[in-house]
Amino acid sequence: MTDIIQKVKNLSIGFRSKKGEEILILKNISTNIKKGETVGIVGESGSGKSTLALAMMGYVKHGLYTIEGECQFNSSNLLKMKSKDLEKIRGRKIAMIPQNAGQALTPNLKIGYQIDEALQLHSDLNEKEREKKISELLNKVRLPSPETIALRYPHELSGGQQQRVAVAMALAGTPDLLLLDEPTTGLDVTTQAHVLELLNFIAKDTGTSMVYVSHDLGAIAQVSDRIIVMYSGEIVLEGPSRDILKRPIHPYTHGLLKSIPKLSLAGLPESMPGSQPQPGTIQSGCSFFDRCNFSDENCKNNSPKLEFLKDLNTSVRCFNYEKLVNESQASQTVNKIKNKSQDKEILNLSEVSISYAKQKLLDQIFNRISDDNPTVKDININIKKGETIALVGESGSGKSTILKSIAGLLRTKDGLIRFDENRNLSSDLKERDPNDLRIIQLIFQNPDESLNPNHTVEEIIAQPLKLYFGLKGEELKKNIVDLLQKVRLGEFYTSRYPRQLSGGEKQRVAVARAFAAKPDIILCDEVTSALDVSVQAAVLNLLQQLKEDFGTTYIFVSHDLAVVRAISDRVAVLYQGRLCEVGPSNDVYKFPSHPYTEVLLGAVLEPDPDIKPKLVAEDIVEERPPEKGCSFQGRCSRIVGDICKKEIPPWQLTDSGNAIRCHIPIKELQKEQF
Amino acid sequence: MKLDNIYKEEKKSAVAKLSEIIITMASRPSGLIGLSILIFHIILAFISPYIAPHDFKAIDPTLMLQAPSAEYWFGTDDLGRDVFTRTILGGRTALTITFFGSLIALLWGGLLGIFCGLVGGKIDDVVMRIVDAFLSIPWILAMLLIVSLLGTSTEVLIPALGFFYGKGIVRVARAATHDVIAKDFIVSAKARGHSNFSIIWNEIIPNVRDAILVEGAMRWSWMLLGFSSLSFLGFGVSPPTPDWGLMISNARGLMSFAYWAVIAPIVGLSSLIIGINLTADAFAKALGIDRSTKAPV
Repeated sequence: MTDIIQKVKNLSIGFRSKKGEEILILKNISTNIKKGETVGIVGESGSGKSTLALAMMGYVKHGLYTIEGECQFNSSNLLKMKSKDLEKIRGRKIAMIPQNAGQALTPNLKIGYQIDEALQLHSDLNEKEREKKISELLNKVRLPSPETIALRYPHELSGGQQQRVAVAMALAGTPDLLLLDEPTTGLDVTTQAHVLELLNFIAKDTGTSMVYVSHDLGAIAQVSDRIIVMYSGEIVLEGPSRDILKRPIHPYTHGLLKSIPKLSLAGLPESMPGSQPQPGTIQSGCSFFDRCNFSDENCKNNSPKLEFLKDLNTSVRCFNYEKLVNESQASQTVNKIKNKSQDKEILNLSEVSISYAKQKLLDQIFNRISDDNPTVKDININIKKGETIALVGESGSGKSTILKSIAGLLRTKDGLIRFDENRNLSSDLKERDPNDLRIIQLIFQNPDESLNPNHTVEEIIAQPLKLYFGLKGEELKKNIVDLLQKVRLGEFYTSRYPRQLSGGEKQRVAVARAFAAKPDIILCDEVTSALDVSVQAAVLNLLQQLKEDFGTTYIFVSHDLAVVRAISDRVAVLYQGRLCEVGPSNDVYKFPSHPYTEVLLGAVLEPDPDIKPKLVAEDIVEERPPEKGCSFQGRCSRIVGDICKKEIPPWQLTDSGNAIRCHIPIKELQKEQF
Repeated sequence: MKLDNIYKEEKKSAVAKLSEIIITMASRPSGLIGLSILIFHIILAFISPYIAPHDFKAIDPTLMLQAPSAEYWFGTDDLGRDVFTRTILGGRTALTITFFGSLIALLWGGLLGIFCGLVGGKIDDVVMRIVDAFLSIPWILAMLLIVSLLGTSTEVLIPALGFFYGKGIVRVARAATHDVIAKDFIVSAKARGHSNFSIIWNEIIPNVRDAILVEGAMRWSWMLLGFSSLSFLGFGVSPPTPDWGLMISNARGLMSFAYWAVIAPIVGLSSLIIGINLTADAFAKALGIDRSTKAPV
């Protein structure tokens, strides 16, 4: 077969532990990448997907080594090749696009120069031709005015533009195979949709084969022809992407698809129990045995082989796949949220403005903030006791800034933050008394950063207990164990360090620490975005359960509209630190909506090949909010005229009760949307 | 939830941690050499008064500048004193003074650096500018001034050296604190309302301790060199106490025909400095501060 471009044969990669045991990261992987095909490799962190992609370019990470097998590219084994020969292949034949283009580009060289370097290495063009080629490449990745972009430095571009430059550099050598390692993970939803669309276009236009590695089934669904699902270093399912997403016949994929929150469904998705086993811990049996709903005795003792099913054109590693063949994915069940919010107002933000501007000396002396165009302006939100309100928006929308102000980490410029109708919380940390600090607790995005790596779980949870309640000895210990049990962790976790826990377990510890203070309000800052998909649903369910038990109010910040849809009662959409739309989540997700909400909703990627993102606005990134008029004027596709640039739009109420801030009358808005 | 034993790691006692670090250090050739040299010097400093074959201050004009022999292993100096005896005793004062000096440097430098890193703002600006100002004064001149005003007693030398070598640690501690301070667990502690003291003690110190200790170990070797320079200039240890710096200074004029009197203290001094440097390097690697050599798992 000549149309196979890369052949991975019985590949095993591993490392030797301190005790001398051989521990496998990849276990006996065999697959082929065909010419012109886009293959998506999907799996949780630690499933070996990046190791596999790197092996495809003949690279094995430091500390790992090839145990057996080969990666054949043009019938030569990349893993045994000398580095001199590899140099000729890398970049010219196989190119890689890294996750974080901002870090992959050299910060002090101009974009054009960096692409020129790649061209010098990988092509035989002379200087004139190269210059032409640079603007051709930049044009191809749809960067506006290539000539000026070429003269810019990486930091002058936005994240999406940097990623485009990385794509242009990879295309410089006209490679046959393009490896993409989570190329859109750090990007905003709207930018992500645009980059994926570009990749699709390039795949069609150049006929390049692509290997797309991601944890995000939504992104994979948009680009790939074929999907490889990895779990614990093995391929568990491989087949045409439509079949895999519509009828997943491996229990892991089945569970995974069920646990992803979707825009079309309100309520929390079912969660998958447990977490992926660490490398080297599976001695016998199926690696998914612990978490599988379909397992039996056989699965415990024997490990299944990857079996090719001819009629489905799919390979599956499961004894019981037949049970799943007939079950369709449509049976996704959700746990409806019990709305227990009361009418009592717990937190009120009125006319809140926050500024990051550096203050002049005079202002510093008089301890005041002056800034005509603050980062966050005119925020009015009432939060009722027991409700979950979500703040959504892209990066730079000011959602985290507002959280910080509520927590007292940032001073407000103007406006009032009131707790329980009478306590003023507009001051910052130093002026709040301990009880004011106790009632508001924070849970952070990344538990790796929010838990002190040198403290045990016990010490971490003990801190708020000691600080606010002065607990000691037996009583302290009892409280810690209680809290751990509430977040479904056992007593034996007390002596562990954060690095010994999985991502989901760490976030549970962070949740336990927040609840230890017996707070009234918990601020959740992107709490699930650092977690694996299968764990995300479990953490969301836990948060919901705890909220029902304790009557806590959540303020939930997220960029993921599907997650927000799943957990929140009310949603506030922010752009450039200004509110665009506020309302009950069911209504915000229905039209009519603010043009910006429409853009956000259109860009959400669903793990379904039939639902394509709708790209309404350009993915421009604005540095500062506009001084006058509507905050969204720079990107809005339905500007009605000068009024948008001059006047701040009025609040309009829809029939269902959400408020939209736009100059276009509600009826007009509805007409144009679908 | 099952966790295999290779990932299991319970909270360990300080002794267990220390011994594990030392074993890791010794598993590297450079670390093993460094540790051996350092331990050799420390042991020597303790036992040298009991094993010295001759009296270190016995002057005998008839034995002036003898070449190495069976009786006088490293020969004799211009006053007929045994060079071997004086060499093995010569590290004691330097080692003691610089050890305590670097402890003082670590304490004040580390704490001030962490404090500045945490509070930031104007206090940080002012303190760091003062530190910068001190950094710009040639330390040896300042030391000479202090020593000539207050004398060369141990009580003067230890704090003076500790002060001058702590300035650099302030910068390192402040930088290490800045790395940690942006992490969410500090933000979280601040938002809970912990005091600055509690944040420094519970959250920051466990995370910057390693970096500061390694820096302190490096400072120790620099301080040793500095102290020997003082002795060399005649402002450190006063005769007849044997000291490497002083010995080198005395014998350097006779180098062309009595090289042994210079070489022995030079070997003593440089081996100790190399030993401390290698140990500090291995210490840093064992703690995982040097990322390039960190094990993958």
